[in-house]
Amino acid sequence: MDFNEAAGTNPIDQTRVVGHAHDRVDGPLKVSGRATYAYEFHNEAPDAAYGYMLGAGIGKGRIEALDTAAAEAAPGVLLVLTHRNAPEQGKKGKGSARAQMASAEVRNFDDPVAFVVAESFEQAREAAHMIRVRYVTEPGRFDLVAERGNAKKPEPKGSTLADTAVGDFEAGFAAAPVQLDVTYTTPDQSHAMIEPHATLAIWHCDRLTVYTSNQMPNWAQHGLASILQMEPTDVRVISRYIGGGFGSKLFVYGDIIITAMAARKLQRPVKMALTRPQIFNHTSHRPATIQRLRIGATPDGAITAIGHEVWCGNQEGGTFETAANQTRLLYAGKHRMTSHRLAVLDLPVGNAMRAPGEAVGLMALECAVDELAERLRMDPIELRVMNDTQFDPETGPERPFSSRKFVECLRTGADRFGWAKRNPKPGQMRDGHWLIGIGVAGAIRENLTMKSAARVTLDPQGQVIVESSMTDIGTGTYTVHAQIAAEMMGVPMERVIVHMGDTDMPEAAGSGGSWGANSSGSGVYAACDKLRRVLAQKAGFNADDVVFAGGKLSQGNRSVTLESLADPQGLSVEAEIDFGDLTKRYAQASFGAHFCEVGVDLATAEVRVRRLMSVAAAGRILNPKTARSQCIGGMTMGIGAALMEQCVVDTRHGYFVNHDLAEYHVPVHADIPDMDVIFLEELDDKSSPLKAKGIGELGICGVGAAVANAVYNACGVRIRDYPLTLDKILPHLPPMV
Amino acid sequence: MNRFDYIRPATVSEAVAAASVPGSAYLAAGTNLIDLMKGGVVRPERLVDVSHLPGLDGIEHFPDGGLRIGALVRNADLAHDADFAARFPAVAEALLSGASPQLRNAATVGGNLLQRTRCAYFYDVASACNKRTPGAGCDARGGQTRLQAVLGWSEACIATHPSDFCVPLVALDAIVEIEGRSGRRDVPLESFYRLPGDTPERESVLEAGELILAVRLPGTAAAFAGHARYLKVRDRTSYAFAIVSAAAALQIESGRILQARLALGGVALKPWRTRAAEDSMAGEITGPDTFRRAADIALADAQPSGDNAFKIELARRIVVRALSQAAVGTPKRMPALPASPFAAVSGAITYV
Repeated sequence: MDFNEAAGTNPIDQTRVVGHAHDRVDGPLKVSGRATYAYEFHNEAPDAAYGYMLGAGIGKGRIEALDTAAAEAAPGVLLVLTHRNAPEQGKKGKGSARAQMASAEVRNFDDPVAFVVAESFEQAREAAHMIRVRYVTEPGRFDLVAERGNAKKPEPKGSTLADTAVGDFEAGFAAAPVQLDVTYTTPDQSHAMIEPHATLAIWHCDRLTVYTSNQMPNWAQHGLASILQMEPTDVRVISRYIGGGFGSKLFVYGDIIITAMAARKLQRPVKMALTRPQIFNHTSHRPATIQRLRIGATPDGAITAIGHEVWCGNQEGGTFETAANQTRLLYAGKHRMTSHRLAVLDLPVGNAMRAPGEAVGLMALECAVDELAERLRMDPIELRVMNDTQFDPETGPERPFSSRKFVECLRTGADRFGWAKRNPKPGQMRDGHWLIGIGVAGAIRENLTMKSAARVTLDPQGQVIVESSMTDIGTGTYTVHAQIAAEMMGVPMERVIVHMGDTDMPEAAGSGGSWGANSSGSGVYAACDKLRRVLAQKAGFNADDVVFAGGKLSQGNRSVTLESLADPQGLSVEAEIDFGDLTKRYAQASFGAHFCEVGVDLATAEVRVRRLMSVAAAGRILNPKTARSQCIGGMTMGIGAALMEQCVVDTRHGYFVNHDLAEYHVPVHADIPDMDVIFLEELDDKSSPLKAKGIGELGICGVGAAVANAVYNACGVRIRDYPLTLDKILPHLPPMV
Repeated sequence: MNRFDYIRPATVSEAVAAASVPGSAYLAAGTNLIDLMKGGVVRPERLVDVSHLPGLDGIEHFPDGGLRIGALVRNADLAHDADFAARFPAVAEALLSGASPQLRNAATVGGNLLQRTRCAYFYDVASACNKRTPGAGCDARGGQTRLQAVLGWSEACIATHPSDFCVPLVALDAIVEIEGRSGRRDVPLESFYRLPGDTPERESVLEAGELILAVRLPGTAAAFAGHARYLKVRDRTSYAFAIVSAAAALQIESGRILQARLALGGVALKPWRTRAAEDSMAGEITGPDTFRRAADIALADAQPSGDNAFKIELARRIVVRALSQAAVGTPKRMPALPASPFAAVSGAITYV
């Protein structure tokens, strides 16, 4: 099914099932421990051997000497794989896959040096510890601040250009009566999901099956095939449940590749999970940024010039953090520019983490707007409203937004949160030893769509079976697929069975960039649409006005049960949604606004979030319960980004020092107050047949800035270096009373 | 597999004999030791499991108000013992501010005393650490130093002791009962720990095979029950080690301080008692002037060990806050978030 024109009325609009708060269909499996995660496919490989990866203990250099004799002789050891005996590999593949242990070169800390396979996990780990490695350490570039001057203009990242310019920014900014020029920094961050990267690899002759935890099974399939120099059709990737990903599992890391290589060598299933420290340094992270914001405005608050420059770092060939991207779309302004510069760093690879670009870009932009409002003596909401735009400000009215309720988000939130009580002058509200502040920030997240296929089968019992390679990373995709199929086929959700996360099933969009539910759900829609036509024809109905309800097809007075139309072996159809150029013709994004109240302790500078409310407009909300959970998760992550999350770089040795969950701080329950999420009514008919937009990342976009703006309002201290830990605020507080 | 001997002795003397062999380590709940073993940070050749030894899991109350806490009493059990919490509220508060409920349910009193530092370089076996490998050097120096020590550190080691529990204990004159090959001895907790000096691998005065049997709190310590607080500042509200913490205990009569106790956590490789600051408050009126002076004295010798000078100012402020809270009086009920100022978040907002 091609999606080239705005969706008309379709069965989803009935909203008998879609749009309602349903519990997760996989919830009972998860809470009872019966959902099978990558490391737990015991029945599929009862004889699996256990692997343990030894990562490099240096940031850059090469292995000079490697003594594996003791490890090889250790009890239970079946294989010690190193660069000396690793099979020949392709260099690179889809999903950022790259060869592992292909040479003596150490590309980054915890780059694999050896992989030990043994009869038990403990044997493998102990043997790995027996391996002696001598390195030649080479000087590495580990400090973004130091390398900023060497940053170069990078190749475009997908459709995101390194540089954009409209009008004459420099002249426009210079001529602006009110000018703001501020620089913000954000640190490296880690996804810190619960389930580690884990893989079980099984070979059947020359066909490989990997059970792994990956958001994009088809990328992994193709990436793995490239590295192992196989046909993708000979690789099957199964990723049935994922214990959190946040982008960390979009890609292919050592666990998948090395486990597959070892299993092939041994002709025996092999499984491994990365250790928690390895997750920090071996896999990817959200790269640190330096961001300069320049905004010029008229005295009454109209933005005339807006420029956003970003510096970040990555390994050679790595991509840049698209932190200036949202600045192209969020506010009006005649003269505009964005630029991204990329320095080569020898730290672990940087890559996507929840809302790559916007999550950190808005932490700078939305604070800068707050700073501008203060300079203009304007209310920060009014400033945003004044500079709202209903079309892409780079191209003009010919490219309108498909839907944009940014102002409504701000207004609704202001009303519900009690914004009017905020004193614009900082440091004026107190509650005991707490200084109280209120802050706001806007949210935007680009709406991405990806083509996506699904197979729908009607079985003779009248059950509807939905199959695709889509993944559910804990967001509720199983449930949303069941809702869509139930809505389309007119059956209760209990009669829908959803299977996903298997590359032997039709290729779906996968989970990333907030495109998951909207895109893959549209694939299910397309398949169901096809099945409806097939069934209508079989029943002798005119397809266009058949009603599917109550497990029956009806037209006029005649109705037929679904099951009566199924063949004994079931009736299967497959279809794909293919998104056309509507994203080119229309700017598409989800919008929101966050309102935050914090307390800052007068003496200790501790920051406590007291209230957080988000208002979101993201098209049709397919399941308000799972969508709300997504937003709350994003908001929590946003609080973390604002106040505590940071991979601490040891710039001498080139690694993240705080590589466990005790030292890499994410918020705990006690850090999170009651949170409110309000969804505005919106249907976006240019986004998809479901009229939904992405929601998974919107929740984090802008939250950090709302918190930081609240901190400023509380105590008058503007910290432009995230996270806002107390040591940064403390020197600016008044002496102790 | 890392092969080690596992011994489960039936008596204290069997335990001491077993653990006197070089390379031995005692195992109680293992909340720290097992993690360290998994990470290859420590590799004992012999684990002597004392978790089943009889007679070490009780709390004995003495007529003078003092008590004796068996080394195997669980942190959670101790904190929730109503008699104990009433007499030593700051200790209960400190216990409940540490770790997580799951860990507190498992962790023992003796193990808490002997937990290892949380210095990231100690845990990372690719880094140089004098504590892990004597003479290897200290990668923490010049590295990530934000949370490292500001008191009592040396060029060889700038780590801190992570315990909350030990901070009020040291302020309240806790005694450690130790059994070794040459018999039983008592060591004040204050002198139980060694400062790093040139031998940071030697963390306490324990000799090979010596086993902690109990911790005693003297009856005189209970006299502070009405004015005793523990305050802990950390990077998140729970499940984080202290950036700086303070235990403050006062005896007050008619607004004047008869006796004061003060100890700091998170600032040194041991819980840091500061007698000079305590003495400065004796006979003084409770109030900011007295407390600020005490704070200045407590931190007079503090020196940043890196990029952590903020801890010194923070510690001053925590001392004043903790003393002020102690002066107000021990709350009748344990705060919802023990040792955290966040507990009192409710209440009307005032506009000033």
